[in-house]
Amino acid sequence: MSRHLTRALVLLMGVGLLAACNSSNSNTNGQFSGTTVRVVTFTGPQIAEPLQRRAPDFEKLTGAKIEVITVPFSDLYQKLLTDFATKTNSYDATVFDPQWMGDYVPPGYLEDLTNRVQNDSALQWNDIAPFFRDFSATFKGHVYTVPLDGDFQMVYYRKDLLQRDGLTPPETWQDYISIAKHFQGKDLNGDGKADYGSCLAMKRSAQSYWMYFSIAAAWLQSQGTKQGTFFSTDNMQPLTNNAGAAAALDVYKQLSKLGPPDQLNNDVGDSRGLFVTGRCALSLDWGDIGPLAVDPSQSKVQDKVGAVILPGSKQVLDRSTGQLVDCNSTLCPYAINGVNHSPFAAFGGWSGAINKSASAKVKDAAYAFLSYMSQPAQSSVDVTIGKTGFNPYRTSHFTNLGPWLASGMSQTAAKDYLGAIQASLQSPNMVLDMRIPQTAFYQQTALDTALAQFLAGELSLNQTMAQITNQWNSKTDEIGRQAQLDAYRSSLSVTK
Amino acid sequence: MSGQASARPMPVAVSRWSPFVTRLDRSAGAVFILPAVLVILTFSIFPLLASLYVSLTRLSFSEGGVHLTFVGLNNYAKLVVGIDRTHFIGVTVPLTPVTGAVLAVVYGGFAFLLIRYLRGPGATVLGFVGRLFTAVIAGGLIWLVVDTVLTSGRPGTLVVTLVYVSVDVSVQYLLALGLAVLVVQHIPGRRFFRVVFLLPMMITPVGVAYLFRMLTDTSKGPLYPLWAHFGLTDVSWVTNPWGARLAVMIGDVWQWTPFIFIVLLASIESLPVELNEAAVVDGANRWQLFWAVTFPQILPATSTVVLIRLIEAFKIVDLPNVLTNGGPGTATESLTLHAYTIWRALDIGGSAAVAYMLLFVVTFVGITYVNLFRRRVTAMA
Repeated sequence: MSRHLTRALVLLMGVGLLAACNSSNSNTNGQFSGTTVRVVTFTGPQIAEPLQRRAPDFEKLTGAKIEVITVPFSDLYQKLLTDFATKTNSYDATVFDPQWMGDYVPPGYLEDLTNRVQNDSALQWNDIAPFFRDFSATFKGHVYTVPLDGDFQMVYYRKDLLQRDGLTPPETWQDYISIAKHFQGKDLNGDGKADYGSCLAMKRSAQSYWMYFSIAAAWLQSQGTKQGTFFSTDNMQPLTNNAGAAAALDVYKQLSKLGPPDQLNNDVGDSRGLFVTGRCALSLDWGDIGPLAVDPSQSKVQDKVGAVILPGSKQVLDRSTGQLVDCNSTLCPYAINGVNHSPFAAFGGWSGAINKSASAKVKDAAYAFLSYMSQPAQSSVDVTIGKTGFNPYRTSHFTNLGPWLASGMSQTAAKDYLGAIQASLQSPNMVLDMRIPQTAFYQQTALDTALAQFLAGELSLNQTMAQITNQWNSKTDEIGRQAQLDAYRSSLSVTK
Repeated sequence: MSGQASARPMPVAVSRWSPFVTRLDRSAGAVFILPAVLVILTFSIFPLLASLYVSLTRLSFSEGGVHLTFVGLNNYAKLVVGIDRTHFIGVTVPLTPVTGAVLAVVYGGFAFLLIRYLRGPGATVLGFVGRLFTAVIAGGLIWLVVDTVLTSGRPGTLVVTLVYVSVDVSVQYLLALGLAVLVVQHIPGRRFFRVVFLLPMMITPVGVAYLFRMLTDTSKGPLYPLWAHFGLTDVSWVTNPWGARLAVMIGDVWQWTPFIFIVLLASIESLPVELNEAAVVDGANRWQLFWAVTFPQILPATSTVVLIRLIEAFKIVDLPNVLTNGGPGTATESLTLHAYTIWRALDIGGSAAVAYMLLFVVTFVGITYVNLFRRRVTAMA
């Protein structure tokens, strides 16, 4: 009798668990049959690839058809904005740059996802690292996106070469330049051709302009995240015309000459390709190089790659005088070995959002898809695949080494790679990317053009700083200095 | 019954409606044209006027739509005297002896032509004012080109576009003329070459841009063995401003020479053979045959095809956008790409202002070309 009772209880618990799973998981039972969700993102293969690859699986699970539409990165911002503003509503959801929330949320274009994420146990919201929950997903206290990617820039180096020549990974940007000079012109992959000390993306109208602030932040921000790197939080004056910015531009210019001859025309895809084929000793990039370096189909540097937090500086900007001063415990409270590191959460990580004007059923299906993509079962695998463009952003991505080892990464390499990201993520001096109205103009147009002109020799160092500053000030005044200052302060008061 | 009913009111109807019907008859032409005019107004004139208005505004996004704020000529001022001046016009420097001499020769030529016109038999006040206006604008543009290209200055997108147009169209015309003259000769494989010479025009411009991007990649492109043979693998086309501009121009010449070629070929092939035969009988050599007989006869086709290419060449965008993204710096950026770059950041007013500046320049060049060259050439022919 008791055995029957036990069996009945186990059966009951099983049914109960199943029911609980069904109620908590938003993407089962073919409930979205006949629904099509149009998701727009940038022309891949990165980012679009995992969406396209997982769409058929999601359709089998839920019945919802996912159409992935891709546009060039440089067009994505305005395509979305014009589509929302003109009420064309060609897209039901987007995987986009969360920096643009400053332009998309206030006019009411994006669906508030706060309740959805709180009621979605399958998503495991609290497993997402606090920074990505608070910065990439949240705007003025409400959740508008589901993070799908975690973005920090860091430095990759050829461990085998540095060890062979008795060099240590760069701690400062001067170290980086010295190592790059050491290897420039030497054969680094045994093919008999001269290779390069450093490979950076420096192409105009691409994703290169983030690299500059990865360098400049070392001089510009030392007092913690809330100090900000782009503007003064007192009066919205740009921090682009001072001794720190000049030092960073100088490094940037030197690096343009310590790489491949057509480096000015290289985007991140080009520099990554060069690095993983063994042609570069150093590179500065997001987390993508780690998984790409273990991909046997393209990598010639498997288990030869190390990663470190962005190099820093032993001097920082004194904002009251505009001059550089040596680090001390007051000026650089978070310095390591006397070096101020300012890891840059460039871009913030690709995140999914839903068009508020989509129909209720499409919104439900779109949310279910974004949740499905972010859930640990899918994302823990996707972040280990180089071509996805997705980098770790959940606590479980850092603690569960299983998928990394399965992807071909050695335990040492995985710990090294994840350690560099974690060091950035946990830094109290992490640099938040710009997220104010018209961010695209400040960075993608004004900054990008001036940097390209500087590298090409069209502008001198001082002219470059003056041009960026004038254009940023002009845009700030056009929109309203106080409104922009409020938006900038608001973006920095995000607590980690 | 019905016949009576229909016959009786007729005279009344004719008398009452005849003035209206007559008027309708008279305006039938206009009525029939009206739909076409409305279509043109809707699809051509309205966008033109709307974009003119947009160029005088600043666009911002608000809940439920967009908001246009009238800013007057601010967007134009930014380009000519404001923060975008160096981008649009370039960096000018004081004249050097060389540039001064070049400009003196050019302006002297203009003065000579104006004086010759005034002394001519058909000179009118209106004609003189028109020519003077043309000379002033053309003189300004030439000064800009000379002072930013032949000096330590830097050309802006306006000058870069003018360089593209003048070099591309000239080289395309010369090459196309040579090829057309070659292909009309009775040489083996002429039919094959006719098709081959047309192929570049049939490829999408973006495809051409990617093709040239690969070809100019000295470190890993398909021409790598060639570059390596000459020790040029460390030289990059795209890091040197004039190297990058040259790459763009070569691509444009490669793509659009076939268009001029096909027009000139058709023109040459349709010429009567009698004139050539007569010239041969008179003892003309091959050069004289071409220069005195063939060339004057194809001048009308030449003037038309050059006008079309001039207008098209001003709109170049695909090649610099894909090949170099307008770089290094802004070295290869054309006016259309400049407008596109601003538009991408949703500065719609600024973008419309650049587009209107392009329209002014194209209109000026087009009208000048038609008035001073095409009519004369057509009349001469």
